Amino acid sequence: MLNTLTLSRIQFALNISFHILFPAITIALAWLLFYFKLRYQLSGHPVWMRIYRFWVKLFALTFALGVVTGITMSFQFGTNWPGFMETVGNIAGPLLGYEVLTAFFLEATFLGIMLFGIHRVPTWLHTLATLLVAVGTSLSAFWIIALNSWMQTPAGYAMEQGVAVPLDWWEIIFNPSMPYRLTHVLLASGLTACFFVAGVSAYRLRHGDVKQAPRKALRVALVAAALLAPLQMFVGDLHGLNTLAHQPQKIAAMEGIWHTEKGAPLLLFAWPDEATQTNHLSLGVPKLASLILTHNPNGELKGLSSFSERPPVKPVFFGFRIMVAVGVLMLLVAWAGVWFGRGARTLPGWLTGSLVAMTFSGWVATLAGWYVTEIGRQPWLVSGVLKTADAVTTIAPANVSLSLSVYGLVYAGLLVAYVHTVFYMARKAVAVEEYETDDTATPVQITRAEGVSA
Amino acid sequence: MIMDISTLALVFWGLLGVAVFMYALLDGYDLGVGMLLSGTEAERDRMVASIGPFWDANETWLVLAVGILLIAFPSAHSVILRELYLPALALLVGLILRGVSFDFRAKAISPLRPLWDHCFRIGSALAALAQGYMLGRFVAGFESGLLAQAFAMLSALCVAAAYLYIGSAWLIMKTEGAILQRALRWLRLSGALTLLGLVFISAFNLVVRPEVAERWLEGYAMVLLVLLPLLGMGCLWFVESALAVLQITPECHKSSRKPFIGVVGLFLLAFIALGYSYFPYVIPGKMLAVDAASHGASLQFILWGVVIVLPMIIVYTVFSYRVFWGKSEDLRYY
Repeated sequence: MLNTLTLSRIQFALNISFHILFPAITIALAWLLFYFKLRYQLSGHPVWMRIYRFWVKLFALTFALGVVTGITMSFQFGTNWPGFMETVGNIAGPLLGYEVLTAFFLEATFLGIMLFGIHRVPTWLHTLATLLVAVGTSLSAFWIIALNSWMQTPAGYAMEQGVAVPLDWWEIIFNPSMPYRLTHVLLASGLTACFFVAGVSAYRLRHGDVKQAPRKALRVALVAAALLAPLQMFVGDLHGLNTLAHQPQKIAAMEGIWHTEKGAPLLLFAWPDEATQTNHLSLGVPKLASLILTHNPNGELKGLSSFSERPPVKPVFFGFRIMVAVGVLMLLVAWAGVWFGRGARTLPGWLTGSLVAMTFSGWVATLAGWYVTEIGRQPWLVSGVLKTADAVTTIAPANVSLSLSVYGLVYAGLLVAYVHTVFYMARKAVAVEEYETDDTATPVQITRAEGVSA
Repeated sequence: MIMDISTLALVFWGLLGVAVFMYALLDGYDLGVGMLLSGTEAERDRMVASIGPFWDANETWLVLAVGILLIAFPSAHSVILRELYLPALALLVGLILRGVSFDFRAKAISPLRPLWDHCFRIGSALAALAQGYMLGRFVAGFESGLLAQAFAMLSALCVAAAYLYIGSAWLIMKTEGAILQRALRWLRLSGALTLLGLVFISAFNLVVRPEVAERWLEGYAMVLLVLLPLLGMGCLWFVESALAVLQITPECHKSSRKPFIGVVGLFLLAFIALGYSYFPYVIPGKMLAVDAASHGASLQFILWGVVIVLPMIIVYTVFSYRVFWGKSEDLRYY
């Protein structure tokens, strides 16, 4: 049987991987909803209300999954990683606390008004509730990224008797990698939500939905993605430079550089071999890695052999390539979508098909990116402060095996149900009327619900 | 507002109590409604609609409670969650099932809806029982042995009964017709169970933990010992008198709120008693708040946030309850 450390790591990875899928969509989808509602508010055109009402249902579903998996996360630290809070709790605790206080309550409370209160509050207040939910989701990202970045590049603290104590909260929150990571993550959420909206809308079009709503939503998502994708590449590059300055061993693993070299090539593919400390089957562009990272074709990049503590290479190396490949694909598809859809033209079938296939492409890129940054930090849990192995619980491996199996089963079931429900709702939306009387924001007499299934 | 560490520890002990109380109260009623989910599809929809706008924020109080424990008393947090690893798993699975059923049941194809309703009921019951069990183990200072286990089981049933009690009171306030009629019966039954449980647990506690008994019998505490049960009786009388009115005129809106107010009063009294019994321990009999407290600078930093943000949270929570005041409508998503 695996030991408690390995099992706890798998369990944490499973929990956080499953959790991030949902915030990755909702953080940016909340802003898209605000945009739809604002367009309706300004133009009074019922199509925007139709779009809003379809997407707010998917938002509610996604948000609920994010909430329940997030509650699990809040228990994980104590159940499996007691050493984490005992060593850096003075730093991590307040950051998590501010997330709960400033973000969780805000989004949860106004979500109630946003979902169920449209006929009970003035329309401007409902739009404000939508805005506050969006602010809440982004604030939540702010605090959790502040903590994660502090774990990558700790600052503003001192060690007293083996425990980290805070010196300067500004330095702790805005630690060296935080602004880059936060921007990168928010843009990633933007792309994930855009491709989610585009994929589901394209699916509706392909199932014979001739209404305006899916076409308009698709267009908004494609234009936004076309703008965000190149921006994300630029920010990703800056983030990489920042990582080179603070965590060079992570860059060495990402680029598959075993020994310090000048004029390092950019490897498009290779099979890193930990035993021999070489790459097999490598295919690369000469000097490009050095050029990108040091802005000098003959710049020196440190190799893995010069670090006594280094992360496992393969997951970091391949994770990085998967993230970049999906990112490039997103850029190409988004631009193609904007080009072929210009002037309200109908998108060709191959493009709508690609969009449907890429509905959850943001998940792949997001997870791959997180694996790069999290596995790239190993063997440290908090860089230079606390090792992962020293933070783990002493609970019997049998108990962790049990909890891991239960989570695995529940999550697998939920993922199937979620994806199934998303496309089921899209198919059902094909048959509904273009507009209904309820699409106007003025309160109407409620006689019979249009059905809870709506 | 610079405080020393012992004051800070007590302040956070109090905040932890507030968060746990708010959670038990708020998620208590919606877990109760979850366990009571029954009747025709339209009735079930109406029951779910009554908690729809609130359940998410209600659960956030649990995150806050765990958060305060984690932030203010990290070493206690480690011990507690280590001891309660498996019940915590049960609690989380329960909350997951329940939270997702809430949304899936409204969106799934009709044949699957009863399945999600089952998940909703089972998840609610699992979460309530797990919380009661955890409370029982916690109060007994994580003692092992048959007696402690029996106490934890009893506590599990008592908490579930209390949640059914407040859930019924909520339904009386928020629903009409057949559901209201059933809720009146549920309130009676679960109220009796809750009282029985409370008496048992209090007696058990005094017998098993002599230091708690001592605390209740010394000097001025006798006043509290007399006052709390008297106030409790007052709450019960309040609930019962409202029930008497509602059985004759179910549509009396003024009376429909009274059972809920009365049950909230009972919850508050039970919490005061619990708090008084174990002040200022974070693990009864084992760990004092001040010994488990984290660094003063961290507590001071988060206290600013609490002082500024908590009143705002309370304001907009009250606002949200005002928006959805009165009997709930059909469940609709926008």
